[in-house]
Amino acid sequence: MTTQLKDEAPLGRIVVITSGKGGVGKTTSAAAISAGLAQQGYKTVVIDFDVGLRNLDMIMGCERRVVFDFINVIQGDARLKQALIKDKRLDTLFILPTSQTRDKDALTQEGVEAVLNELKEEFDYIICDSPAGIERGAQLAMYFADEAVVVTNPEVSSVRDSDRVLGLLSSKTQRAEKGDSDPVKARVLLTRHDQGRIDRGEMMTVDDVLEILAVPLLGIIPESQAVLRASNVGTPVILDEPSSAQTAYKDAVSRLLGDDIEMRIESERKPGLFQRLFGRSA
Amino acid sequence: MSLFGFSLNRRRPKTAQTARDRLQLLLAHERGQGSGTPDYLPQLQNDLIAVIRKYIDVADDEVDIRMERDDDVSSLEINIDLPSAEEKAEKPAKKR
Repeated sequence: MTTQLKDEAPLGRIVVITSGKGGVGKTTSAAAISAGLAQQGYKTVVIDFDVGLRNLDMIMGCERRVVFDFINVIQGDARLKQALIKDKRLDTLFILPTSQTRDKDALTQEGVEAVLNELKEEFDYIICDSPAGIERGAQLAMYFADEAVVVTNPEVSSVRDSDRVLGLLSSKTQRAEKGDSDPVKARVLLTRHDQGRIDRGEMMTVDDVLEILAVPLLGIIPESQAVLRASNVGTPVILDEPSSAQTAYKDAVSRLLGDDIEMRIESERKPGLFQRLFGRSA
Repeated sequence: MSLFGFSLNRRRPKTAQTARDRLQLLLAHERGQGSGTPDYLPQLQNDLIAVIRKYIDVADDEVDIRMERDDDVSSLEINIDLPSAEEKAEKPAKKR
């Protein structure tokens, strides 16, 4: 996909990637989705809200380029322009890392709002990578959101936590409190999906999860070895070698942009004997 | 996987090794510097601006500090936009 230049005013749309439960793939998804949007020509910034446990920088592969961070900007120690890291692969993609040394109390609602407002002037998409849990960092990551991607594994504790987060999205956000605007548009991104285990009756199906959560589906990301590989090298899955997870993330990005794409589940292909003997590339 | 004692995946780059290297490098920096590297940078910037102001009239946002960390070398790049010609410009515009 080539990068198209857009002359119109930026969209300034805020999307939170959240889940409640940790380890379900929020940062992986935030990295993949922001890279996917940037790849489609939308000027995109991805913000790490997990103060004290910075990790988005490693997943994006820019950990050695962090000088100033989100907290420095909020506290007036640095300008936003200084803290934004321009991606080396896509010129429409920027990363705003968080602080590794402060804690969540360094985030203030006024500070976050000021930074988001400044970003809205320049970016089409502002992706907020929420920390796990439902405390301050997670609340502020979702507070100003227009849309939410609730990352969920087909597993009981993850689905339960997602349900809790969906409740917060419909009550503890600016859109919910204002009352006069549309509610936050929330969709589920089902990750670590394993068709084999579903077929054997060991895993809840997509329909099971959707029936419980009662929100639309943004995409189904299959369990894939490509995710660990991509994180090892610091490349968002969408920019790494082709994989089933990459295809699924690309589809999810298209749906986020409003395209009506058929839901397809491409499971990780097991290499055949021939492939195993002669090596494979993905 | 291996068969007959040699790896069949030799052509594939070992990403686990990349992951290990990236982490070692990063954690060495984060642990070694106590409270963490970047924290002194805002103060450093303020001090630098104060020093430069003793000699040249510059605005806060005309000083830019960037740091790049690599395997062997870390570089701190300080860019100062000096006021234009009429005010007698001082020497170094870029210092590395």
